[in-house]
Amino acid sequence: MSKKADSKKSINSNTMLLLITIALFIVLYAGGCIAYGSKGFTHFQTFLNILITNAGLICVACGMTCVMLTGGIDISVGALIAMDCMLLAVGMQKGIGAVPMIILVLLIGIVFGIFQGFLVGYLEIQPFIVSMAGMFFCRGMTAVICTDQVSITQEISPTFYAWANAKVIVPFGGYTNNKGKYMAPYVRPGVVVALIVLIAIFLILRYTKFGRSLYAVGGSESSAAMMGLNVKLIKMKAYMLSSFLCSIGGICYCLNTMAGSVSQATGLEMDAISSAVIGGTLLTGGVGNVIGSFFGVLINGTISSIVKTNGKLASSWPNILTAALLFIFIVIQSLFAVLRSRQTGKR
Amino acid sequence: MKTWNKIKSWPLFLPVVALILVMAVNIIYDAATGSNPLSFFMISLRNTTTSGTILYGRIIDIINRGSEVAILAIGMTLVVSASAGTDISVGSVMSLCASFMCMMLAGYGVSSTTTLAVPLGIGLLCAIVMGLVCGAFNGTLVAHLSIQPMVATLILYSAARAIGLLLCNDLIVYVRNPSFAYIGAFTGPVPTPIIITAVCIIVVSLVLKKTALGMYIQSVGINAKASRIAGLNSRLLIFLAYMLCGLFAAIAGIVASSRITSADSNNIGLYLEMDAILSVALGGNSLGGGKFNLAGSIIGAYTIQAITTTLYALGVSSIQAPVFKAVIVILIVVIEAPPFKAFLRKQSAARAAAKGVRA
Repeated sequence: MSKKADSKKSINSNTMLLLITIALFIVLYAGGCIAYGSKGFTHFQTFLNILITNAGLICVACGMTCVMLTGGIDISVGALIAMDCMLLAVGMQKGIGAVPMIILVLLIGIVFGIFQGFLVGYLEIQPFIVSMAGMFFCRGMTAVICTDQVSITQEISPTFYAWANAKVIVPFGGYTNNKGKYMAPYVRPGVVVALIVLIAIFLILRYTKFGRSLYAVGGSESSAAMMGLNVKLIKMKAYMLSSFLCSIGGICYCLNTMAGSVSQATGLEMDAISSAVIGGTLLTGGVGNVIGSFFGVLINGTISSIVKTNGKLASSWPNILTAALLFIFIVIQSLFAVLRSRQTGKR
Repeated sequence: MKTWNKIKSWPLFLPVVALILVMAVNIIYDAATGSNPLSFFMISLRNTTTSGTILYGRIIDIINRGSEVAILAIGMTLVVSASAGTDISVGSVMSLCASFMCMMLAGYGVSSTTTLAVPLGIGLLCAIVMGLVCGAFNGTLVAHLSIQPMVATLILYSAARAIGLLLCNDLIVYVRNPSFAYIGAFTGPVPTPIIITAVCIIVVSLVLKKTALGMYIQSVGINAKASRIAGLNSRLLIFLAYMLCGLFAAIAGIVASSRITSADSNNIGLYLEMDAILSVALGGNSLGGGKFNLAGSIIGAYTIQAITTTLYALGVSSIQAPVFKAVIVILIVVIEAPPFKAFLRKQSAARAAAKGVRA
């Protein structure tokens, strides 16, 4: 009986974190609408633009959430995206088709993830150290592939170019511009991919054995092992999933930027981690879901969108604000943890 | 075999072997390219027009360029020992301290100056106070709110550089003043950064030797709960370790910024947190906290710098160098990982058993 009450309580405080996040997003967005309504912030397309710019980040945040559920962390994602973009750009420049390059990038993601996961799961090295080495490896590898900025133009790969510029029309929420022409809102294919990933990971986490075992490992490694779960393998799979999703994210990212360069996606790991944390994923593992992370991404996107719309604020503001939000949410989380341990202590 | 085991258990075994390996690579490379094989070790006095007679040589260059990493490694060693985690914000904090100092020295919004707006001492003090504040921030999160060190320092890792940019008004602030440039230049024939590093190392090792601080930090790292029950203020000690790490990041920032007489927020201390962590690992310290060996970390730091310099000499560009460092980190942590050690032991035991059967 007490067990049931316990789980109910923990769900409550977790849903509360999610609710705080959603409320924060609505407040931020409404604030943006009020402050910059004249600059087109109220258009549905502005919201869709946030999705378009952050399609890659959504995939990465989903992967990050899975890793964080097991109590780990993966900071190699930004660098891996840079490497993916560079590979795609250079590969297509060399005349390899878009489809083989994408398959190659996905395979590299999986192999890279297996390697990181092996080090974390089987050799029990701290995830942070492993993924930091991974980050520097990928960043350096990007420079080894090519040190210049390589753009993907229509001549290099017509297929990829066509994908990047394809519009998926959203059937509602359009507006008529001042010339009397109906502007249909649209998203790019990357957004569709990102949303499919989001839904797939949501379902996997909720309804499959693998998804639930991630929660179990994060909740308590030793009890998961006692239940008969193969903790090492599950951890390895989590990192593999993260790097794989990150590669998908890298393709989405590349569709958006259409270029590969060494300094691309710096600090993206920070955005992904803060999105997950803001979305209610506990850093200690075991609690969280991708819907929260999705809203975390939206909050990050809204902040940078507001800063961009303002136009006068320094470019470093989004970084500072994201870090500040991360700080606030981490502190809230730790306060919740303290409260919870006090409650159980009393009992 | 016995002496070999003894040598292997010597705490400085790993860093010294790495250092010897790097030297060997240099000697072979020099011999292969036809220059004097021992040119790596040559130290000479040279006359320059800008700073008079100075010491010159590749080793001097490595020790000079390695100053920042060595200074950071001191703080990082304490943090790793006390909290079993690393402070990944040191590079960004360096940049922030340098930006803040140069902003104070040049005045807000000024991008280039030869006269100082405030006395040099105040500028240096500002940098150090900023470092301590950052350290206190990290320390509070880790010690008092029990947040994982790496996540707690992730906040400043991302924010500090951005705040530094903001303080400098998105500019690279140049302070071309001889008294400021002196910190990164030469004292007599010796580069000043070497002297600063030596002073830092001597002071810290004296404090650790003469007081029980070092032992306290180790005991907190080994078991925070037990040391608290034994009467140590674990939280205060962890907090202190982060404060010191911030302080050393500030000193490193001062040196780095004085070297280029400017505050280049985007590039000062970039990837240096990696080098600092790497030096600690290379120095034979466990990244899981507990016992630490300062001398190992410092030799580790200079080894890293020697590796970097060697890579540059071999024609690897600075943006490609991280690949090699990442491989080295992974090799070191794999060698140190308990499951890997257990695997090796099993293998050697199996081999011994096989031998026994044959005999």
